[in-house]
Parts: sequence; C-alpha cells; structure tokens
Amino acid sequence: MSIIREPKSIDNTSKCYHCGDACISDKIVSDEKDFCCQGCKTVYEILNENELCAYYDLEESPGLTLKDADEKSIYDFLDNQAIKSKMLDFSGDHHEKVTFSVPSIHCSSCIWLLENLDRLNDAVIDSKVDFSHKTVTVHYNPEVLSLRTLAEILDSIGYAPLINLDDNGDKKREEETYDRQLIIKMGVAGFCFGNIMLLSFPDYLGLTGIEQTYQSFFRYLNVLLALPVVFYAGADYFVSAFKSIRQRYANIDIPIALGVSVLFLRSFYEVAWGIGPGYFDSLVGLIFYLLIGKWFQNKTYRSMSFDRDYKSYFPLAVLKSEAADLVSTQVTELKRGDEIAMRNGEIIPADAILIDNEAAIDYSFITGESEAVQQTKGDYLYAGGCHTGPMARMIVQKEVSQSYLTRLWNDEAFNDGAESRSIIDRISKYFTLIIIGIAVLAGVYWQLTDPANTWLVFTAVLIVACPCALALVTPFTSGSVMRVLGRNRFYLKNAAVVEKFSSIDSVVFDKTGTITHTTNKAVSFSGEALTDQEKALVLPIVTGSTHPLSRLIKNFLGETREKYQPESYTELPGKGIEATVAGVRILLGSSSFVGENSSQVPGLTKVYLKIGERLRGSFSIKSQYRPGIETCIQELGREYGLAVLSGDNNNEAGALKQFFPADTSMKFNQSPESKLQEVKGMQEQGHAVVMLGDGLNDAGALKQSDIGIAVTEDIAAFSPASDAILEASALSKLNQLLSFGKSSRKVIWASFVLSFLYNVVGISLAVIGVFTPLIAAILMPLSSISVVFFTTFGVHLLAKKFKLS
Amino acid sequence: MSVILILIITSIIVALLFLGAFYWAVKSGQYDDTYSPSVRMLFEEKKSKKSKSETHGV
Repeated sequence: MSIIREPKSIDNTSKCYHCGDACISDKIVSDEKDFCCQGCKTVYEILNENELCAYYDLEESPGLTLKDADEKSIYDFLDNQAIKSKMLDFSGDHHEKVTFSVPSIHCSSCIWLLENLDRLNDAVIDSKVDFSHKTVTVHYNPEVLSLRTLAEILDSIGYAPLINLDDNGDKKREEETYDRQLIIKMGVAGFCFGNIMLLSFPDYLGLTGIEQTYQSFFRYLNVLLALPVVFYAGADYFVSAFKSIRQRYANIDIPIALGVSVLFLRSFYEVAWGIGPGYFDSLVGLIFYLLIGKWFQNKTYRSMSFDRDYKSYFPLAVLKSEAADLVSTQVTELKRGDEIAMRNGEIIPADAILIDNEAAIDYSFITGESEAVQQTKGDYLYAGGCHTGPMARMIVQKEVSQSYLTRLWNDEAFNDGAESRSIIDRISKYFTLIIIGIAVLAGVYWQLTDPANTWLVFTAVLIVACPCALALVTPFTSGSVMRVLGRNRFYLKNAAVVEKFSSIDSVVFDKTGTITHTTNKAVSFSGEALTDQEKALVLPIVTGSTHPLSRLIKNFLGETREKYQPESYTELPGKGIEATVAGVRILLGSSSFVGENSSQVPGLTKVYLKIGERLRGSFSIKSQYRPGIETCIQELGREYGLAVLSGDNNNEAGALKQFFPADTSMKFNQSPESKLQEVKGMQEQGHAVVMLGDGLNDAGALKQSDIGIAVTEDIAAFSPASDAILEASALSKLNQLLSFGKSSRKVIWASFVLSFLYNVVGISLAVIGVFTPLIAAILMPLSSISVVFFTTFGVHLLAKKFKLS
Repeated sequence: MSVILILIITSIIVALLFLGAFYWAVKSGQYDDTYSPSVRMLFEEKKSKKSKSETHGV
C-alpha cells in the first residue's frame, strides 16, 4: 500500500505526467506523455476516455504514484449486507449514499475529479468532497451500481477508500458536533465581546449630567450580554474544573473557572449596587481568547488522522467456506475451526493453520522485514501476515480478539490511559493555591487596617492574577511548534508530545524500514553482464513469482524487447524457481539450489542464476541506508544514548557500527514483545526514550516509549499508532527536529516568566490597593496578546536557529 | 437622548439576527469544510445529467 517516492536526481529524467515522479526504470510513453508506471498510465487512460483530463490542468501532476500498487485491493466484502449497512449513510430504493474516507485527497484536482464521478459512471447521481476531513460522499443508484463496484472505481483512479467500520460510526459525528459547537461558542463570545466593549465606552469616558440616567441601562445590558458567554461559551471550563476537583487534582481549568466566576460575581455585584461598571469586557474577552486558542490548537492537528490502530490493517471480511461455497463473512464473526480462503494480497485476520500444500506469507506488516516466508501444509500462520500467491485455505485457530497481534496490542502499554501531566497542570496546582493565599492575606491585612477596601483588594488580586496569559502559553506555543514541525514533515499527534521532548535522552532505532529502505534495495548483478536475450529469458520467470526478491529483480531487469512465456515453471518454497523458457532450462534461487558453494557476505542477500548448464552469476540485493542517515546518527550520538533494535538477523551489525557510536547497544532477532521489553528496561533505568520504527512489529515499543515516532514513506499510507509521524525524507533532520522540540520548552518557560511578571506587577498594585478597573481592563487583554505574540515570535526564532523552514 | 435607547436596542436586535444567521450557517455545515467550496466555485459548470448520459454512456 505504501507509496514510495524515488530519488529525483536521476540523469535525463522525465517527469511522470500523472504523479510527477521521475520516470526511472521503465518509462512508458502514451499520447506523447511520459508515465512512470503502468498504474499511472491506466488512470490517465480512464480519465482521458471520459474527458476528465481537466484534472491535469488544475494542478501540475496531481496524481499519486501507483508504482507499488501492483496488487489491486479487494473490496468484495462490501457485498456483505452487514458491512454494507454499517457503511451507508442512507439507503432507499433508488438511492444510496455513502461516505468514504479517502486519505489521498490532497489538492484541488482531487476535489474536481471526485466531484465529477458521475461522468465516470452514470449510476453516480452526485458526489461531494469534504477536503478538511478527506472524505467523499457519493450518492448513487444501487440498482445499477453496487457499493463494491463504486469502491473499485475509486481505487482504479488512484483514490483507494480507507474502510474501517469503527471510523465511520459515532466518533466522526462526535468530532463534527464538537467542531461546530466550538465555532458557535466562539461566535457567541465574539459577538458579546464586541458589544460589551462598545457599551463600556461611555463608562470609561465618564458620564456627566443627564447621561448618568443611562448608566445603569448600559451596565445591565452588559450583564445580559455576559450571561451567554459565561454560562454557554465558557461552560466547558466549569465542567472541567468541577471534574478535576472531584478527582482531587488541580488542573489549569480551576483557576480559569475561579477567575471567571469571581470576575462575574464581582462585576454583577458592582452593577447591582451601582458601585461601578464591573469587568465584563475583560471577562468576556478572556473567554473569547481562550476559545480562539483552543480552536487554533485543534485546527493544527486535525488535518492528520493518527487514530489508525491495528484494525485498519485488517480485512473487514474474508471468504469462509460454507457447504462448498465461499461466503464473505465479517472477521469478527470468525470462530475457531472455520475454514477460510485467502487470496493474493489479503491479510490473515486470525491465527490459522494452513491446509493447502504451500503458501508464501509476507510478515512485513508485523516484522518490517520484507522477505516472504514459505509455509507448508500444517504450518501455524500468525494474524497480520499478508498472503501472496494463489488462493490458500486455512483453518482458524483463535478468534480475532485472541490472536498474536491483538495480544500484543492488549499489552498493558496499550491500555495505559494516564498521560503524564503537562507542565501547565503541575504549575497551575501551585498557582491556584498561591493566588488564593495572596488574596486572602491581602484581604486580612486590609480588613485590619481599612475594612472598606477588603473586598475590592481581594477580588482585584484574583481578577488581575487570572491565568488567562498563563493558560494561553501552552496552546499557542505547542500550536506554533507543531506547525513548524509539520512544515518539516514531522507530525505530532497532540500538544502534550511537545512538552515531552525536553526530557529525552535516548534514541532507539528499528533497522529495516527505519535506517534502511524497505523497498528501495540496491540490486546488482555480479558476473558477466547479462545480454538482452538473457534478460528476456529471466524476466518471465520473475514476473510470474510473487516473492518479494523476484519483484526486486524484475524491477532491476526492466523491460525487454522480446517477450517469452515459460513452458514449464516450478517454484520451490524457500529454495528458488526452476523454469524452461524458449527451450532453455533456467534455475534461479539460493546457492544450494543451483548447486554452488558460497560464503555469506554481511548485508547481502544473493540470488543465483543458472542458464542451461552455465552458472551466470548472482543478483546481490543490498539494503540501502537512507540518505543522510550517517551524519544524522553521528550528530545524535553526541547528545543522546543510541540503541538499535532489529527484528532482522545480525548480518549488518558490522556496517552499522561504522557510523553508530561505539557504546551503542545493538540487538538483533528481536520479537515485537522483546522490543517492547527492551524499551521498558531502558525506562526503568531512568532514561526517557524516543523510539523510531516503521512496522507493526515496532508498535508495542512505539507505544511504550516516551515519544514513539512512526517513520513512513508517505503520511497518507498506513502507519502504526504512535505519538508522531515522521516522513522518511525528513529523517536526516531528526537531530534538528529533536533539539527544536527540546528548546520549545524554553519558549514556554520564558512566556511563563513574562506572564508571571505581569501578574507580579498587577498583584502588587492590587495588594496595595491602587488598582482601578481601567488598569485591569487594559492590562488583562494586553498581557494575553503580548504573550501570544511572544510565543509565536519565539518559536519562529528558534526554528530559524535550527535551520528549519 | 432617549433616541439612544431605541438605537442601541435596534442595533443589538439587528446584530442578534446576524448571530442567528451565523448559528444557522454553522449548524447547516457551512463551516465544516472551508477549503473545497473555495475551489469548487472555480470549476466549470457541470453539464446537465441528461445531455451527459447521451454523450458519455458507460
């Protein structure tokens, strides 16, 4: 599924008309346009046939490469009535409406194409894209077009829908209502804020003579306008404060709720007794700014969906044998002893035993290692493996919820709900107590000296110390930090992750897929160079095989002029392929298979080729390090303790030691569970660990580590649940990114100091009793605005310092 | 001076109408996706369903 961007610095490149990638090995020319792969060309042809080429006019090369999507996804589970009814938004006789989540939506061309689906298929009545949520809602006629065909059409034009029944349910709707409510609350608060500001002017400027008659009119209007803000827009803060008091734990919302209620009661008291205008403008402004901060923060990370758990890797349904028939069945209904049939490219949903003679299982989803494992009849297959090759039958051994993969997930690391408390919460606990203490002490002092001032001072202290600036610091700093990191293709799951950066002292790497490329392995041929004729003989053999190594060799050989069909073809599991092409017997496989003695070379996988009776040589497949990784690791080594945890064998230990510091601990042949234990062990020794990994085999360790970073080629592709997602191309900047994340704490502290200074000045003035409502009204919004400005500016300065864009 | 009372009350009522319009706009989903409409309005007008099915039968 993952979409790989090839390095773009290849000689005499032409860009693919569809996806804009460089055309490397097999350039395909059609209609005088270059395409990098068959997939891109097919999409172009479909669009061209239906006069949809305006797609290419809106943005330059808007498509996504289909180079790796050689296996078509299977959507026949959408014929299952139970699944279908869960998917549909609306179902009637001639109308059905469905909303698909399509992660690859990324530009205006996508919107245009997906909204013109009715030109591709007449049964589509109407389609609409929601760009922010990356969904497309299709309204179609079910008598002509089935849901499954619809999904297949989307897949065929490069917009494969991501189907996960959990996603389509209540959670999304909840999110939507929350979004809408927040916007309405902002609207209400902003409306009241503006009106109250206007109505407060007369009081500020001073009313004389006849104008005095209207004074109470203005003031009561302010009370009226403040009511919806306090009791509707600001209600969340009261609810949150109330909850935290019940749990005997002080969070930041307590001082906010306290400040808001004191401001409101005090102002109301002033107005009701005709003492003064109150502080309604500050009160409403405070809530308005707080809501804006919240919205800003939500918006920053809403664009990314991180909630892909292991279920999103899973098929929703599989074919189950029922009385000689194969029926599509939901995976959750599978029971022990059921016989299921897996087709090429499907993921095994539950641990099972193979009953066909052989099957190749690619466990790369679990282990990250790309070579398929050959299994024979009676072998135990683990859930999460991807079946490659012809259909294979197996008997389910465990229910989906009890299999290996879900067990890993249910490990306690995954159920750990208690997030570390944020800095702001820790501070606010003392903050609240100290402020109340100061207010009480000042009140007592004035009670003894000048009782008339007691309540004025008491409330003034609470009002001026109201933590609006303090409460804004973290959301705005984290928001800016996340935006800067996002621009550098490092996406954090939420603001709490920013605060965790400061304590990091160790970095743990997974090897395959993280330090090395999973798919872009370098293939070379040792021996006398192959002639075109020989290449033409070998090509049909590797084309017919689903083994990952065969695919790499196929890409290496490229296209040949002459095409052959093999006359005979046998693939021996774990050994190689024996075939006859154009009357020549060809052997391709391991050294023992072709009858050759060989020595193991670290970091190399060798595939030997024998044409006729002559050993022609061997293909060496070397895993390639990501560009820039050496310098990056040397830089990291100076500041952090490093470790490597690999599920692979230790072939490459020697090569890794060349650029890893000498004290790096390297462990190989690690199972997902032992990776998790390893990270846990480091934490128990007092280290704060960043874990970088890519596959599901790292998922446990990612979750256990303090910051789990999933490294992925494309953020729209599947990646395990984690705290952050790092695009592989940005991996070489890891050191800068981490240092930047660490330093962002300094901005938070500096902003705290700034807002504390405001508070100290304000509180001192309040305590000595010189505070007037006018100063409070000016100081409070001013302090909030200057803090917001300061954090944003500070973060950008830091970004410059670390040379991040 | 009492005209001020009338003016202020009128202006607040008018403003409330706009707040109501804003509420309706949010509830009807106009703020859910603020990007696609801005692009959509630049697309060419779709052909009507009927004439389209005559020219592009699939």
